[in-house]
Amino acid sequence: MMTTLPLDTAELAQGASRARRDAWRRAFYRMRQSSLSIVGLVLVLLLLLVAAAGNSMAPFPDHITGGIDTAMRFKPPSWSNWMGTNELGQDVFSLVLGGARISLFAGLAVVLLAAAVGTIVGAFAGYLGGWTDEVLMRLADLKLTLPGLILAMAVAAALGAGTLNMVIAISLGWWPGFARLVRGEVLSRREEVYVLAARALGAGPVRILWRHILPNIVSPVIVKMSLDVGFAVLTVASLGFVGIGVKPPTPEWGQMLSTARGFLPDYWWTAIFPGAAIFLAVLSFNLLGDGLRDVLDPKSRR
Amino acid sequence: MPLLHIDNLHLAMRSYDGEAHVLNGVQLQVDKGEIWGLAGETGCGKSVTGLSVSRLVNTPPARYMQGRILFDGQDVVGESGSGKSTLTRCLLGLEPVDGGRILYRGADIAVHDAHGRRGHAARMQVVFQDPNASMNPRMTVHDIVAEGMVIHQRELGLDGPARTAQVLTLLGHVGLGRDHLHRYPHEMSGGQRQRVCIARALALKPECLILDEPTSALDVSVQAQVLNLLHEMQQAFGLTYVFVSHDLAVVRYLCDDVVVLRGGMVVEAGPTEQIFSTPQDGYTRALIAAMPELESCLR
Repeated sequence: MMTTLPLDTAELAQGASRARRDAWRRAFYRMRQSSLSIVGLVLVLLLLLVAAAGNSMAPFPDHITGGIDTAMRFKPPSWSNWMGTNELGQDVFSLVLGGARISLFAGLAVVLLAAAVGTIVGAFAGYLGGWTDEVLMRLADLKLTLPGLILAMAVAAALGAGTLNMVIAISLGWWPGFARLVRGEVLSRREEVYVLAARALGAGPVRILWRHILPNIVSPVIVKMSLDVGFAVLTVASLGFVGIGVKPPTPEWGQMLSTARGFLPDYWWTAIFPGAAIFLAVLSFNLLGDGLRDVLDPKSRR
Repeated sequence: MPLLHIDNLHLAMRSYDGEAHVLNGVQLQVDKGEIWGLAGETGCGKSVTGLSVSRLVNTPPARYMQGRILFDGQDVVGESGSGKSTLTRCLLGLEPVDGGRILYRGADIAVHDAHGRRGHAARMQVVFQDPNASMNPRMTVHDIVAEGMVIHQRELGLDGPARTAQVLTLLGHVGLGRDHLHRYPHEMSGGQRQRVCIARALALKPECLILDEPTSALDVSVQAQVLNLLHEMQQAFGLTYVFVSHDLAVVRYLCDDVVVLRGGMVVEAGPTEQIFSTPQDGYTRALIAAMPELESCLR
């Protein structure tokens, strides 16, 4: 069968991969135009590396899993303890590295979950319109009337402590933002002539959304996602700060900050470094998000 | 029996300041293998008429008030209706209409039924005005042309390589080749893009093509090429065309018969030469008088 066809499959695959490669090369070229977004990208990659391998990079890995050392309480930063030690004699540097895993992965999980739910809801609301739109968007409005952090605190308290519960609690208040963004984009795209052409070919709503509309609106969604990761990390830390969220002894930046608050200003290093870590995470994802917007959204390009 | 019969079609569009009556009793009978031109100024209802045949007019905001579209003796739009661009949309028939029916070979297929819509899609296809806007910028030429075959996979039963072979054949028909297979729309010229759109429309082997000003977004030199290609395709596959255009030179060149629309009403209809040599209506005479003199050189 294959031999009778007037085409060479290897050649065709090559052509398709060349087209994809060119698209990536153009994206990287545009990304390089802005040095701040490269800084953001490098910082994000570094943070992800720390989140993945932080436990083995830490000088005192047993402190991350709850080990304490009462002889070393409240030592200021030194060569052996770069960020000093806390009230339990744990190395703050090791805890900050270990905390990256919870903070970043929870932040990413929140945004992924919220983006997935929000995209599906927004896409169907925007494309189908009518009562589907009304019901889904009023549901989203309901969420928007409640402050996100309050909602997350209430839900997290109801579900009980734990990383997964915390992620669910925060995502519950997060998806309406994505739903509104996607709905608006879908509303403008569904009038495109190529959507009309697909309908003329007999395509149904799922195919039109999946093949024709969503691929053309991923850019703003990706940009919002990378900007939101920073805020999600901050929300995770806020929940940790008020004592909802991760169970001790697992280190988490917000929780560390909350504990250290009692020891200010004498033992400043116990608060400064987790705070700086939060700041750095939020900043790097925002820089990356701004960079991605320049790459992916030609309208905002200067 | 005409292949396509538009019978007294009325259509209103809802807007902020009330309802606009776009089509006011359009009449048209197209026989198989004919090229019918829909001519008239902008906003006269040419495209609405064409798209009505394809059932591509959204209802709401549009509302068919009365009239019928019969395709192959079967209802496309019943108790319903459609102007130039709007009529084109109606012709492709994708929107459910109150009291509307599609009858195909005596069987009643509900218009809003997905199966009926897909069946109609295979028999009638459309080529739009702006080839740039009518292709998904994220899809390659291969995927664009093959899409209809993927959607109608169950009926056609073509697997991936067979579809690709078919795409290459179609691209061959429209004067493109293997080099273009993995290009994106932005990597081609306007003429090449419109050729891809024609290949896409031919992919399902339709009987009838709605051409909604297929050349008016193209350079003059390319227009002639695309018109010749359309003429070749019509000859080769015995296609029936509904050709919507405001360019009378183009209509005269390509069409066997012409309908002149004004304000959603048929002003004059008949064989092209008769309309151009002895126009009966004052509006038709004014349109013909407004044609640029270069027209005689094109022919």
